[in-house]
Formats: sequence, structure tokens, C-alpha cells
Amino acid sequence: MTDPILRARGLSRTFRTPRRDLFSRREVSFELHPVDLDIAEGESVGVIGESGSGKSTLARILLALDAPDSGELEVDGRRVDFRGRARELRWLRRLTGVVLQDPYGSLDPRMSVGRIVGEPLWALDVAGDRRARVREVLARVGLAGAAERYPHELSGGQRQRVALARAIAHRPRILVGDEPLSALDVTVRAQILELLAEIRREEGLTLVMVSHDLGVVQNVCDSVLVMTDGAVVERGATRDVLSWPAHPYTQRLLAAIPTL
Amino acid sequence: MSWFHRLWRIPTGRAALVVVAVIGIVAAVSLVWTPLDPARADAYTAWAPPGWPHLLGTDGTGRDIASLLMAGARSTVVVALGASIVAIVVGVALAALGALTSRPVREAVAVAVDVLIAFPVLLIAMMIAAVWGGSLWVVIWSVGIGYGVNIARVARGELRRIGRADFVLAARASGLTGGQILTRHLLPNTAPVFIVQLSWSMAAAVLAEAGLSFLGVGAPVTLPSWGLLLSELQGYVAIHPLSVVWPGLAITLTVLALNLLGDALREATDPRLTRTRSEARS
Amino acid sequence: MTLVVRELAIEIDGSRVVDGVSFEVPSGARLGIIGESGSGKSLTALAVMGLLPHGAHATGSVTWNGREILGLPDRELAAIRGSEIGMVFQEPQTALNPIRRVGGQIAEAARIHRGVRGPEARALAERLAAAVGLPDPAGIVRRYPHQLSGGQRQRVGIAAALAAEPSLIIADEPTTALDVTVQKGILELLASIVADRGASLVFITHDLAVLAQVATHAVVLERGRVVEEGAVADLLSAPTHPVTQGLLRDSKATLWRRHD
Repeated sequence: MTDPILRARGLSRTFRTPRRDLFSRREVSFELHPVDLDIAEGESVGVIGESGSGKSTLARILLALDAPDSGELEVDGRRVDFRGRARELRWLRRLTGVVLQDPYGSLDPRMSVGRIVGEPLWALDVAGDRRARVREVLARVGLAGAAERYPHELSGGQRQRVALARAIAHRPRILVGDEPLSALDVTVRAQILELLAEIRREEGLTLVMVSHDLGVVQNVCDSVLVMTDGAVVERGATRDVLSWPAHPYTQRLLAAIPTL
Repeated sequence: MSWFHRLWRIPTGRAALVVVAVIGIVAAVSLVWTPLDPARADAYTAWAPPGWPHLLGTDGTGRDIASLLMAGARSTVVVALGASIVAIVVGVALAALGALTSRPVREAVAVAVDVLIAFPVLLIAMMIAAVWGGSLWVVIWSVGIGYGVNIARVARGELRRIGRADFVLAARASGLTGGQILTRHLLPNTAPVFIVQLSWSMAAAVLAEAGLSFLGVGAPVTLPSWGLLLSELQGYVAIHPLSVVWPGLAITLTVLALNLLGDALREATDPRLTRTRSEARS
Repeated sequence: MTLVVRELAIEIDGSRVVDGVSFEVPSGARLGIIGESGSGKSLTALAVMGLLPHGAHATGSVTWNGREILGLPDRELAAIRGSEIGMVFQEPQTALNPIRRVGGQIAEAARIHRGVRGPEARALAERLAAAVGLPDPAGIVRRYPHQLSGGQRQRVGIAAALAAEPSLIIADEPTTALDVTVQKGILELLASIVADRGASLVFITHDLAVLAQVATHAVVLERGRVVEEGAVADLLSAPTHPVTQGLLRDSKATLWRRHD
């Protein structure tokens, strides 16, 4: 493909349990096996897996919120220095936005919605009228006028809208969602999914969507990676992988989904 | 509803706040007015029982106890505020170091804090007094450090817990530096812990001042102090039992009020507001 | 062994959170209670078991085998809980006591209600562990909850609910916190266990697809009221109430479609 906006080679990460005493070895509690990844600008990639598959670990590494033990990551042609300090990584922060899973934990309970959404604008020193941008983006996610409210006044779905507003306020080019819908009710899920798809289309965003829910991924992702036990076992166009799964794990996953 | 309102609704909180406020006001007023001059000794009126003009009686040198108590409140307030400020600064600094830096630094700080916690405040006070002589500063620094490390230990746990919350991760993803995250997110969310500890450290400071002054390493004789008064009067408790009650009562009431205030504050700043786990769907 | 609920109403802090709920669970039946969060489905189950939180008051009638159990003193209800009506909870994490071995917790109901002790209790625990499909039953009963996976813990929860051989099992969203492959196993387990023992099942969920796997009849709740009820097959093919239609549509929207 023409220069991918995100290019990963051999990203791996091993988690070890803390030392029990001075002389025991630290055991491996989880291992993310080396992953290669190319994502074109505007593409929407789903990362499917159940708990313990390593999908969240991968997502965090792609956002440089966690450092891999080995491997390289290039975003927009520029190499990511995982050891860099916050200021050195600002260029990456400007390019990316993230929506996390827990609507009750991802917003600082002591800050107003307006301040929360405006934070990336402030931290990244974005030019322009920040308050106007905050109002604009809140309206875009369907929360016009909510800038003065506090997280505890909002429902789960509304909080995720705030999280989404925060993620796109600084006009990133890549949006990463780490199970953003999993904690929501079924009806609310559909609305937020719809919103996400619209915004992605309008802004031409590159989307990386981590989820355990295949229905979500099917609705919004062009291509998909299937992960289990820290390794990518299958990847391809969504339709292909989900209709004709090749790997036994993918097949098992699909067979387990309750249908009507 | 702010924590202050919630505090007001708790009966013990309300009472404690009132008592503490009264003491503060008395101390302030004593700067400009006391019933009589607390330093004025008059051998002829020594050991007077409560009456007029000495509402609470006089001590062995004829000084008015009521005025002494009012003036002594000043030392109490200075020590309480001073010690708690030192404690908070020390506590926050150590807690931040203990929660946010790299692993080796964290472990070193943790060990240092645990070692310091083992030192009783009194011992620290004695050590400081041995070098610099007795004064209110001895009390302020010893209680400040002694309590500061306690606060650090409690706050470190809280900081780590809050630090694991998703909104901190989101802040990192928005490009905030560690320092910015500390000041914008971590400290405001752990403030309730600090507020509660503040109150308790004030209680400890008042008690420490009384005890240290009693032992002679606290307030110098020239300064009015409840501890000094207690020390002076307790020598005569067999002959004049009533007089010793007044400073004793003042100290007890103050410490009690500050302790209850801390308890009520803890209830009022309950993690209802900072709960971060997702609620189970019904 | 019939459960009959008539005009159940629950008030919390002065507001009615459940109002006029009625349903019947004849012997061997499998009833689903479905609704979004806040619809009162969990509270209904808790009311039946007499486990409402402080501050909640229930009125109406709940009869078990013709005997009115709503409002019974706790001691009498305790005799029914576990021995006649068993409950499986949502969070495998918190439903088990972390400091006791799993085997003891499985056999607990039998110990209390049937006086089963010592080696007999251990044997019972092992039998039940095997019956719920746990690997290495003899070994697993000696483990602590934190040593098991989420799916295994939920199986333990089911085993524990069965220990005193109740004739009715109430399962409150038992698979919501589990991965989809694990969920499939648990649903199949519940269905087969209930069939084998001739017990009845009340299954609470917010997911219509999950409901369809397990229940034959269902009651749809919205804001504490029953808005529709009937055979699951009918609800799926021809729902009449907007809430049911909504649940169906949203379930489908986020459901994976095999032939897109």
C-alpha cells in the first residue's frame, strides 16, 4: 500500500509477575507475541479477541501508552520513541485520539465536561478559539450545552459521548477505541456506534477498534485482526474473515455467538 | 452538594466545626483584648477561686487563668496550623515521589518513609530541641515531619489507586506531562484524603504542643501556652485541684473537636464522588 | 413447585422502581426476564428471594408452592434460599468468598440445609464440579476463587446454587461479564442442568439473543413495568411493544449477520 499511516513491526510485550522473593525468577503472566501491522489512512481496522487475548495491550502500544519490549512503530512516517517524555511524544498525541472502555472511569469526576473535552486542546497548545471548538465538538456528539455539567450527572452513554468528543477535539487523524461500547446498554450501543461511524466518515479518520463484540466490528471495520493468547491468528477483510474463517479459533468464536 | 454542606449535616461535624471556629476566634480576639492582662502577676490574688474579676480564678502567681487560656489559644492555633501545613507539604511531596517516579526511587522513598514513621513524634521533638532549644518551632517541625510521613503513606496508596484510573490514561493520551497530571488530576482527586489528615494532624499538634511544653521543650516560658499552664498548675493539684481543670479541659476539648472533625470530614468526603469502577448493569 | 408473582411493586426512597409485575413459573418452565438496565429486573429477582437492599420495600404477592413468601421473616426465607430456590449472580468476581476454598463454597448450601458434612460434603462438591464441567474436579475444589478464570468461577457459582437441589434457579445476568465463547458453555450448561433435574429457571438478561438460547417464555420490563410477555418465539418473530421491538432491532444491529 502507499505509505501506511501506521506501521508496526515486531511489537511484543511480556508481563511478568512481581518477584516473590529475592531469588525467584519472575514468571511470565502474559505475553504479547510479535505483531506486524500496516494501516492505511482512512482505513478502519478491528481487533477482535476475548479477555486475555492481548488486544488492549496492542492498542496501548499503538498509542505509545505502554512501551513494547521489542519492535518498532511508525506513525505518519515518523518513528515513535517509546522512551520519550510526554513533550517529545506530543506530535503523536496530536495525531491520535482514544476512547476507553469504562464510561465511569475515563472522565475525571472533578472536572466539568467542558474542561475535560478541552484538555487536549490545552495540553497540545492547539491554536484557535478553544471554547468554541469545545462547544462545536460537544454539539457534534449530541451533547450541545453540556459543557457546564459534571460526569456524575450523565448516563453511561452520555459519558462515552464526552469521551468521544475529547478524543476528536484536537482533530486527530487516528482514532483508537478500546472496547468503547462494551460497558453500554444494547440500545445505547447502537447509537454510539452510529455516531462513531458518522464521525469517521466525515473526518476521514483512520479507526482502530478493539472489541470482543463481532457485531460491532462488522458494522464499522473494513478489515479485522483476530487475536487470542497474545497472538494474531487471522487477519483480512472483515467480510472474508467473518464469513469464511480459516483459523479454528475464529471459527469457534463465530460459532459461539448467540443468534436469533 | 459540596463536602462542606455534607459536613454540616453530620451532627458531630457541625459541633466540631463550631468548637474549632470558636477557638480560632478566641485566639484572634485575644490579640486585641483579654479580660485582664495575662502576664500581670499579683501575689495578693494568687490561687483565687473562680469569681469576679477572675472568671476562672488565678494561678500561683496571681495571673488570670481565663486570660491565660485565651492567650494560650494563640499558641495552639499557630502550632496547629503550622504543623499541619508542614505535614501536608511533606506528605504530598513524599507521596508524589512514592507514587510517580521510577521503581528504584519509589522503593527508596517507601523505605525511608517507613523508617521515619517508626520514630515517635516525641523523640523527633527531643532531637530537634536538643540542637535548637525548645520553642514552638520544635513542635511545629516535629509534628509536621512525624505526621507528614504518615500522610505520605496513606496518600501514596490513594495516589496509586487514582493513578490507575482510565481518566489518567486518557490524560496521558492527550499529551499531559506527569507534573500536569499530578496537579490537574491526581491531587484534586486525592484532596479529600489530605483534608481529613489535615484535621487529625492538627489534633496531634495541639496534643504535642501541650505535652512538649509540659516537658519544657515546647513553648518558652514567656509565651502563653496551655501546656505550660498545665505544667505549672499540676504541681499544685493536691491543694488547688480546680485550677488545673481549665487548661486540661481546653486541651481536651480542642483535640476532641479536631479529631471528630477529621472523622466527620472523612464521612463527608466519602469516595462517592471519586468512585471509578463501572457500575454493574441492572 | 410453582412460583407465582402477582402485582409486585418495589419502592426505594419513595419512588416506585417496580410496579405491578406479575408472572408465573410452573414446574420445569424456563422464564426469561428481559429489559434494559434500570428496568427493575434484578430488583424483581432479589424481591423474590427476600434479598432487597435496605431502604427498598416490596408489596404484592410472591407465592412459592402456594405459600406466601413475600415479607416472611429472614429466618424462614433463609430456609428456602438455597434449598428450594437457588440463585446465580452476575459477577463471578464478587459472588464468591475470596478467602475460602471453592469446594467449601459449593457444598455450603447442602451443609446448611441437608446437614451434609466432612467427606460427604467433599464428595458432593466434586460431583457438582464435574456436573458443571469444571476440569479436574478433585483438584479444583481445593483451589481459591482467584485461581480460577471468570468462566470457571461462574460454573462454581452454578454448582453452589445446585448443592441443596433446589427446584427453582434464578440466574441474574450470569453471562454478562463473560466472553462469548465462555458464555456459550455456561448457557448450554444451565439449559441441560435444569432439564436433567426437572427444575425451573428464571433467567434475567438484557440481551435478547442470549434469552433466546435459554428461555421458552419471557417477560419484558421497562421502567419497572411489564410491557410485553409471551413465548420467546413469538416475541422474536412478532414483537408488539416498542421496547421489545427496540431490543430486537438493537440486538440485531450489533449482532453479527452471517449473510450480509
